[in-house]
Amino acid sequence: MEENTFKKGLIDGLPIGIGYFSVAFAFGIFALRCGLKGWQAVAISATNLTSAGQIAAVPIIAVQGSLVELASTQLVINMRYFLMSVVLSQKLKPETTVLDKLIIAWCNTDEIFAVCTGKDYRLDKRYCFGILIPPYLGWTLGTLAGVLAGDVLPAIITDSLSIAIYGMLIAVFVPAGENDRNMLMCIAISVALSLCFFYLPYLRELPGGFTIIICAVAASVFMAVKAPVGGDG
Amino acid sequence: MPFIAYLIVMGGVAYLIRVIPLLFVRKTITNPFIRSFLYYIPNSILAAMTIPAIFYVTDNRLAAVAGFAVAMLLAYKRKSLVTVAAGACVSVLAVELLMKII
Repeated sequence: MEENTFKKGLIDGLPIGIGYFSVAFAFGIFALRCGLKGWQAVAISATNLTSAGQIAAVPIIAVQGSLVELASTQLVINMRYFLMSVVLSQKLKPETTVLDKLIIAWCNTDEIFAVCTGKDYRLDKRYCFGILIPPYLGWTLGTLAGVLAGDVLPAIITDSLSIAIYGMLIAVFVPAGENDRNMLMCIAISVALSLCFFYLPYLRELPGGFTIIICAVAASVFMAVKAPVGGDG
Repeated sequence: MPFIAYLIVMGGVAYLIRVIPLLFVRKTITNPFIRSFLYYIPNSILAAMTIPAIFYVTDNRLAAVAGFAVAMLLAYKRKSLVTVAAGACVSVLAVELLMKII
């Protein structure tokens, strides 16, 4: 069933926004600890909306690292968004304007992407605007709350909240694997490679963002050759 | 280096990576290999991002394993995003509290 309204987007974005709030909260505390000012952490969240990229960038900024170092780190860690945006561009209705895309691109995150590509129809721009508002607010306001609360909140609470974002990712890829044996195999290959890159000598020296790309591309290329999907795929 | 320079570079890279494909890939991709690749890539990215990083996100490894196991179980039972995430958080908190008591 096609539900392409602004309201439906808001509803779908709400759990993402709630999830982001807690992680952004932890990011705010982390940034303060690294020596950034509170407003700097909030400014980073408001302009980036990339959890891994931001967490990698804060220590570089804190020690006044070079812009080249910062740019290359962001490029490697955020490389996956290039692939995600290629996929997302196929999910938007053909009449989506350049201005709409300039806004939608801003908020293409892993979780918004996951929900959007889970739909079996083309997305209307109103749905997209709806789904990106709660995560954007959750991410930015969560960071603000984090830097305001600082270390007032007990460590055990912020620690347990930090797993929320991974829980959300699991809630997306596990049912996808259940639905399709080939997808399950693809996920299994990707995870196996990921474990290799994390634990094996030399391989583990590679930056995490780059590793994710290698694992996912290798698994997906293999499955695309072995078990191509037909029709609407 | 002023903070604003870092902010522009960081935000610029993150934005360009996202916006270029949206603006310049206009045709619907019909190539079966590319379509299949695009079908498989999202979940393989999410899975590689999650495992094994999830085991190191909390201070306590055992708590993270518990959170992972509960999240997997809830996701397998097709619970919502919030339920799965909340289940993982509560599990981590429970294990960490238990280990403080013991």
